[in-house]
Amino acid sequence: MRRAVLIAIPYVWLLALFMVPFFIVLKISLSDTALAIPPYTPTLDFSAGWAGIKEFFSQLDLENFVWLTEDDLYWKAYLSSVKIALISTFLTLLVGYPIAYGMARAPEEWRPTLMMLVILPFWTSFLIRVYAWMGILSNEGYLNQLLLWTGIISTPLTILNTSTAVYIGIVYTYLPFMILPIYSSLERMDGSLIEAAEDLGCSRAQAFWLVTVPLSKPGIIAGCFLVMIPVIGEFVIPSLLGGSGTLMIGKVLWEEFFSNRDWPVASAVAIVLLLILVVPIVLFQRNQQKQAEADG
Amino acid sequence: MNRLSWFNTVSLTLGFAFLYIPMIILIIFSFNESKLVTVWAGFSTKWYGELVQNEAFLDAAWVTIRVAVFSSTLATILGTAAAYVLVRGKRFFGRTLFSGMIYAPLVMPEVITGLSLLLLFIGIGLDRGILTIVLAHTTFSMCFVSVVVSSRLVTFDKSLEEAALDLGCSPAQAFGLVTLPIIAPAVISGWLLAFTLSLDDLVIASFTSGPSATTLPIKIFSAVRLGVSPEINALSTIMIAVVTVGVITASLVTKRAMMRQRQDEQAAGRTE
Repeated sequence: MRRAVLIAIPYVWLLALFMVPFFIVLKISLSDTALAIPPYTPTLDFSAGWAGIKEFFSQLDLENFVWLTEDDLYWKAYLSSVKIALISTFLTLLVGYPIAYGMARAPEEWRPTLMMLVILPFWTSFLIRVYAWMGILSNEGYLNQLLLWTGIISTPLTILNTSTAVYIGIVYTYLPFMILPIYSSLERMDGSLIEAAEDLGCSRAQAFWLVTVPLSKPGIIAGCFLVMIPVIGEFVIPSLLGGSGTLMIGKVLWEEFFSNRDWPVASAVAIVLLLILVVPIVLFQRNQQKQAEADG
Repeated sequence: MNRLSWFNTVSLTLGFAFLYIPMIILIIFSFNESKLVTVWAGFSTKWYGELVQNEAFLDAAWVTIRVAVFSSTLATILGTAAAYVLVRGKRFFGRTLFSGMIYAPLVMPEVITGLSLLLLFIGIGLDRGILTIVLAHTTFSMCFVSVVVSSRLVTFDKSLEEAALDLGCSPAQAFGLVTLPIIAPAVISGWLLAFTLSLDDLVIASFTSGPSATTLPIKIFSAVRLGVSPEINALSTIMIAVVTVGVITASLVTKRAMMRQRQDEQAAGRTE
């Protein structure tokens, strides 16, 4: 009896606040926009009995999804989100791998401190970390001041409100997600394998590419997924660092909802975004499971 | 493996510089005299003074703290129960759905979570305010708590619980006297994680808050959209300081707790 209660409370909570809302989004994405409160039709009217339910279903249609394919904005935003996510994941890997590698080779007594230094920014407000870059990248910002002062450039560079700023922001804020899994797979690696490779005639660079990198593959894969999946739906970074030229679907959804007040279209955007995310999420889950089996 | 080549040293130095310089600049310029954030005009703490007098920020901070305390506490209770059921529980109807619902919010884009919860609250006619933000934050952070707690539950020796049951404890007593003290560090770090997630959240709070309740991130976001300001720098510095102190204290506490546990286990091993 007690056990049933223990199961029921979190179960019912998640059903009510996770599953039900999801179906509401699905339902509204199939409804029509209306100038009413709430701004969509039809609303489900149980008091009309079976006729009301039939009426409700007959009014649902795929109009909003058709609209998403007709207007350039949406599919361009989806494509550009995926593109930005792929490129920035690759950049994060390029920046993160050497750091993780350095951490794994550092003396053992330093490692907890280095770990702490990677985790600390992760606990600090995301918003503040993105905001910090606004002051650095703006036209009269610190980076331009430094470059002008050293004479590398003569006119300030425009970085803020461009895609470059978005990439910098993503690499900066998601870096810990890349470093930690790679570090944990490198740390477990047996150092004698490298020595063996070198004894057998590999150069240090060859030993790195032929032994170290393949052995850290699980970490690389996990890190890439952990960065890519949330970046696709990112809102804060493109809206603070990106300009009108940076299209990302999270921002489109936000504006559709808050500025245009078009709830059915916003819901349809959300459903399509979820469908796009299902592929990497399933791949990630499967990869993690395979990894867990290999370890066990 | 313990030789740092010049390449390792350079990549560590550059890497940590990249992670920390933006924050350090932000902190330094919060003590800038000038209203222009990018020009240094001498040391001053006047922006902190203005911040303390800014009622709107103080109100928002108070709302944020209350939301974080309530939602992280609720999330810890629900998340720990969920973890216990998933790790220790036998099969029950809809277990797959349940574990799916625990993991899905971890990867769900915040815009979707926010939108769907808002549509629910409007659908059932709940006025948006502190209550709705607490409900929303509890829902996504309980999943994080449950992941943290279940990773501890998986590693700990089930026979200790069984021994307590054999010695006449009720299941509730066994949980309270044996299981809970052992998983306590994980429960505490779960609470801390839920607390910071709630403090930090902009997107879900924006969807689920009403005009009566504005949280600090919402306030910061609308101020920051207009550009960089020294007041926001001062506020950010305070938040960074609080988090830094919190994280370092928490890690010292868990480290000590783990050491004590290890000592206890060693002592127990010796008397056998």
